[in-house]
Amino acid sequence: MSILEGRNLTKHFTAARGPRGRFGKRPPVRAVEDVSIALRAGSVTALVGESGCGKSTVARLLAQVYPVTSGEVLLRGEPVRAHRGAAFKEYRRQVQLIFQDPFASLNPFHRVRYHLARPLRLHGHARSDAEEREQVAELLERVSLTPVEQFMDKMPHELSGGQRQRVAIARALAVRPIALIADEPVSMLDVSIRLGVLRLLEGLARENGLALLYITHDIASARYFAEDITVMYAGRLIESGPSEELTQSPRHPYTRLLLESAPDPDRVAPPAGERHGEPPSLIDPPGGCRFHPRCPVALPVCSTEVPGRTELGEGRWTHCWQAGAALSR
Amino acid sequence: MNVLEIRGLGVDYLSGSGAVHAVSGVSLDLRRGEILGLAGESGSGKSTLANAVARLLRPPASITSGSVVYRRQDGSAVDVLALGGNELRAFRWKELAVVFQSAMNSLNPVITVGAQIDDVLRVHAPRMSRNERTERSVELLQRVGISADRRRSYPHELSGGMRQRAAIAIALALNPEIIIMDEPTTALDVVVQRDILAEIRALREEYGFAVVFITHDLSLLMEISDRIAIMYAGRVVETGTAEALHRAPRHPYTLGLLRSFPRLRGPREELLGIPGVPPDLRSPPPGCAFHPRCAMAVAECSESLPVLRAEADGEVACLLDDGRGVS
Ligand SMILES: Nc1ncnc2c1ncn2[C@@H]1O[C@H](COP(=O)(O)OP(=O)(O)OP(=O)(O)O)[C@@H](O)[C@H]1O
Ligand SMILES: Nc1ncnc2c1ncn2[C@@H]1O[C@H](COP(=O)(O)OP(=O)(O)O)[C@@H](O)[C@H]1O
Ligand code: SF4
Ligand code: SF4
Ligand SMILES: [Mg+2]
Ligand SMILES: [Mg+2]
Repeated sequence: MSILEGRNLTKHFTAARGPRGRFGKRPPVRAVEDVSIALRAGSVTALVGESGCGKSTVARLLAQVYPVTSGEVLLRGEPVRAHRGAAFKEYRRQVQLIFQDPFASLNPFHRVRYHLARPLRLHGHARSDAEEREQVAELLERVSLTPVEQFMDKMPHELSGGQRQRVAIARALAVRPIALIADEPVSMLDVSIRLGVLRLLEGLARENGLALLYITHDIASARYFAEDITVMYAGRLIESGPSEELTQSPRHPYTRLLLESAPDPDRVAPPAGERHGEPPSLIDPPGGCRFHPRCPVALPVCSTEVPGRTELGEGRWTHCWQAGAALSR
Repeated sequence: MNVLEIRGLGVDYLSGSGAVHAVSGVSLDLRRGEILGLAGESGSGKSTLANAVARLLRPPASITSGSVVYRRQDGSAVDVLALGGNELRAFRWKELAVVFQSAMNSLNPVITVGAQIDDVLRVHAPRMSRNERTERSVELLQRVGISADRRRSYPHELSGGMRQRAAIAIALALNPEIIIMDEPTTALDVVVQRDILAEIRALREEYGFAVVFITHDLSLLMEISDRIAIMYAGRVVETGTAEALHRAPRHPYTLGLLRSFPRLRGPREELLGIPGVPPDLRSPPPGCAFHPRCAMAVAECSESLPVLRAEADGEVACLLDDGRGVS
């Protein structure tokens, strides 16, 4: 059974600025439309898509940061609505978020020890100073910030980006969650440091049974660190399946384009001069399949009807009117 | 055939807690018409080096040593660091142009993109008539894939990719010999990024300018560059053709960078990564600055500073280098 699940999640934001529409109202940003995703215990699931496609919005909906426009979030199969108060606190004990920016996520005026001790106390895991110290040390150990005595008393500005992200992960672990949502956890870190943080997250899922959602725009890293990948485009899910199969034989035209475009150190040949257009605005997204204006194999139906989900077997599915054709390929 | 020669360049940022040696003893050639990739971790000095060459450094930065020479097609040499006033302004558009990571830094937000090209032409090519300038603006925008009717758009009305294209069009306005691009595509979608990389290569073929392309993404550089220079802690530690660097990296740091990238195709090779973090440039480690992170370091590495030595198809600064590459 899935630990954390989003069913048909939809989120429309009312734009704070921008041109008003015909009736004086500002048109909504259709950030997320009908997104379903499920996280399993002990497994890393990746949500891949480009900047602005709605990944962070999905993360925040799952984390109950703000309410859904429609759809529902289920924790261990139970529908939840926990945006404030005790219910939110209890939910946060089970579902934790890690953000992209390791520089913004820690309070610059507090030592590492404080960042970890606070959630331990708040959620009643540490009842004495001795317990607190022991657990803080254990958390630092788990995220490989050793020697722990040294790191406990450091201020955030004395830490590198990678070390800060480890503190943020340790803090998320302090409440002993069952699900972890990591929103671009390594995008702001140097290539050479990314690996260590990703391995840490992977280990936490595998060894401690956490359900982990790894959100990224880097599909190559998802291939390495996630069991399953779900690809998103302009607010909608377009394809999902086991990482290796999905990256080695993509079925959706957009996934193919994404894989062809991703930088690849083994492709020493220069890029060919083609133009593929740009992702659409989410205020007035294209009708039907949102990818149709850029799709090389679009059919007339693509611009009028949203393609439903086509099951491809072995845990794979896609939303594409050409899925049948793709099946026979 | 060099268009730019950097020799022994040093740049410090002066701060209360000591000078940051952002660039130290860098010697690097840019050949006429080539795309030179400049890679390295965050803080390795890539932007500082680029800004020094473009004469865009502001206090607290100061050039502590070295020279930068620009060679015109007719063979005459220009001492870039000595340029002042009008000479410098002319140099910056006619000979060398810069495109930044955020097109917003290259573009003026309150002027339409067409008018911005027009401005550059009016100031630097006073003999062009109004009609000629308009013609040229349209031509430049079209050349980078922006339709003529977009000339009257303000930067914020364009998508990120179009803004970056517009910034490139402006850089091209006076047909410079050198274009420096500092992470020009980092903020863009990979699909859009790839289209723009292809565009840059096509424009290079057509106009023959040389490019210094800066990014921390080595896999991207492998595809676009003719030659690559790797920086670590303010120094160039290896240069070579993209092909040679990919086939046989010689510096352990280059190897570490290459083995940090997850691959999209082929077997899921084990990723090695690089242990530790880049050094504090106020007091870089003695000897080879990479030694605390280097798996191959020997005792001497913490004592002697390796110099950049010429090899068959590149240069490398490592005490262990025997010309055969590391693996
Ligand atoms: N204005 C400044 N004052 C003090 N130090 C600075 C300043 N600008 C840069 N530095 C320091 O100079 C060094 C080199 O910085 P630089 O911006 O050139 O690196 P970079 O290689 O371009 O990094 P990135 O990949 O993050 O853009 C770093 O240690 C940085 O902290
Ligand atoms: N609070 C908000 N108000 C209005 N629009 C928003 C808000 N948050 C996100 N959006 C918009 O929703 C879309 C998806 O954003 P986001 O989920 O942050 O994408 P990603 O994480 O994939 O980059 C974007 O068009 C973004 O501008
Ligand atoms: S539904 Fe149509 S437009 Fe969309 S990806 Fe499939 S073929 Fe292309
Ligand atoms: S000089 Fe020594 S420490 Fe530096 S890269 Fe070579 S082997 Fe490593
Ligand atoms: Mg995001
Ligand atoms: Mg920089």
